[in-house]
Amino acid sequence: MNALLNRALGERNGAIGLAVLAVIILLIMPLALDIFRLNLVGKYLTYAFAAVGLVMVWGYGGILSLGQGVFFGFGGYCMAMFLKLEASDLTSTAHQTTPGIPDFMDWNQVTQLPMIWQPFHSFAFTVFAIIAVPLLISYVISAAMFKRRVGGVYFSIITQAIAAILTILVVGQQGLTGGINGITDLKTLNGWNINTDSAKYLLYFINGALLLGVIMVCNLVLSSKLGRLLLALRDKEDRVRFSGYDVANFKIFTFCMGAVISAIGGAMFTLQVGFMSPSIIGIVPSIEMVIFAAIGGRMSLVGAVYGTLIVNYGKTAFSESFPSLWLLFMGAMFIGVVMVFPNGLAGLYQSHLNDRVTRLLNRIKKVKSSDQLKVVKAES
Amino acid sequence: MSEKIALSIEDLTVSFDGFKAVDKLSLYVEKNELRVIIGPNGAGKTTVLDLICGKTRATSGTINFNGAELTRYPEHKIVQLGVGRKFQTPSIYENLTVLENLEISYPEGRGVFGSLTFKRTEQVTQRILEVAETIFLTEFLNTQSGLLSHGQKQWLEIGMLLIQDPELLMLDEPVAGMSVSEREKTADLLNKICQGRSVIVIEHDMEFVKRIAHKVTVLHQGKLLAEGNMESVQNNPKVIEVYLGH
Repeated sequence: MNALLNRALGERNGAIGLAVLAVIILLIMPLALDIFRLNLVGKYLTYAFAAVGLVMVWGYGGILSLGQGVFFGFGGYCMAMFLKLEASDLTSTAHQTTPGIPDFMDWNQVTQLPMIWQPFHSFAFTVFAIIAVPLLISYVISAAMFKRRVGGVYFSIITQAIAAILTILVVGQQGLTGGINGITDLKTLNGWNINTDSAKYLLYFINGALLLGVIMVCNLVLSSKLGRLLLALRDKEDRVRFSGYDVANFKIFTFCMGAVISAIGGAMFTLQVGFMSPSIIGIVPSIEMVIFAAIGGRMSLVGAVYGTLIVNYGKTAFSESFPSLWLLFMGAMFIGVVMVFPNGLAGLYQSHLNDRVTRLLNRIKKVKSSDQLKVVKAES
Repeated sequence: MSEKIALSIEDLTVSFDGFKAVDKLSLYVEKNELRVIIGPNGAGKTTVLDLICGKTRATSGTINFNGAELTRYPEHKIVQLGVGRKFQTPSIYENLTVLENLEISYPEGRGVFGSLTFKRTEQVTQRILEVAETIFLTEFLNTQSGLLSHGQKQWLEIGMLLIQDPELLMLDEPVAGMSVSEREKTADLLNKICQGRSVIVIEHDMEFVKRIAHKVTVLHQGKLLAEGNMESVQNNPKVIEVYLGH
């Protein structure tokens, strides 16, 4: 049990990184920021789920997915559908032609709640769907590709195409999805108002804890034989195949895992931001998620979180003062990362700071053990 | 057909856009036999190994291994049936340690969920140590394998196959790039490991072939040119003309 926990924390070095991140997210941020800013950080942290998923898929799995927004969207829309149904009770929709259905359906002359909306009356089903829907879709996509040994750039292009198709579909089916506006005006979760400050605080902490939990699960996977197999796969795929492994299954697993992680982030996004729209699931946000992971370090789960926070902070700060320059700046940042420090911030930490930190820790340890030695000597 | 035959290849043909890399080849390898395949460049030696392990698909013909028709199985199933293959250039996981390389090759936990719950038990460790000793790498277990010498990498890949205890072991130029002393050690190694299994080796170094071969097969332009013990092959005028003469 202890060994398992140790693995989840990422052994000694990993545990320190995780602890620092936990302190920043769960302590420093809430103390230092007002609720408006904290809610914004909460929103960024939901993107961090997608970035963490990309570390698994892209960094370790070697599969560059340009469609993580799709899965983020599935999680977000599932949650939004539940919240929207709860917000569309008979009394608050009494003025509609058909009371009791979401407002945008009424505007689109829909007179009956569509079939696929029906089960989202149940919260339990919604939670199940947040995991199951992206899992199923990602499984179908990745099994179709990897079993046929489609990989590399081709896979990236296909994921990007899926992101484009899904956006068009969501925008086009206004009566079903709320179209370009998305699903808005969400109010309560099982009767609990999610728009109050106290709810926002609580959601922020749930989100932070979930993110840390997801990182720990990823650590567990990466420290298992499967994690070493992923590294081996990136290095010599044929050798793995000719050692008796069905290589496609491992890629499918990783891709599905990344998709589910992304979807959890999407669901938390809906809860904290209070709406879900196609602008968050398309090509541009999907590529932004890749940039978060790249800047944070695509081989570092913790790094991906920092990458997300920094890029989004930059986006907010810069786009307020230079709205038209921001996109160019972000592009330049991405190119810079790829050319100058391909392992991102985590890579810089590894090459410049890690040794010093380790030495420092060892020194502390040595001082302690020499103290113990003195005690032992004194006793004898 | 004698019962001792482990691998029987019959009328095997593969054509790449009309070019027949292997042409109606028939080959039989017995249990406990160490067979060496020689032949000039482009004779189809490596292609034969590719066909056996499923990397390349045959156009026609059969490959029967202990009763299983290998041409019908995907690569990983062929490995699970007991066929191990070493590639021409050492193909190891350079970012992992020798120990991890061997562990990944250990034939257990090969499914997704099996690999998630795989544990390095006493039995696994024991087997890894055993194989490491056979391939002369006991002292290097915790070395990152990318740092090994070329010869050691070749041994490591052989070890990665040995740990699976395959019934058919195929080695593509195992001593390429090795020093003289490493070659000698490898020859001893091969003579040792062919006990209880069949081994097919592709090799150019005739001195080395002499030391290890039980039987030699000479390929030329995808066809069988000669087969027999080393001496008869060396004195075969056809072989001298296309291969040994220069």
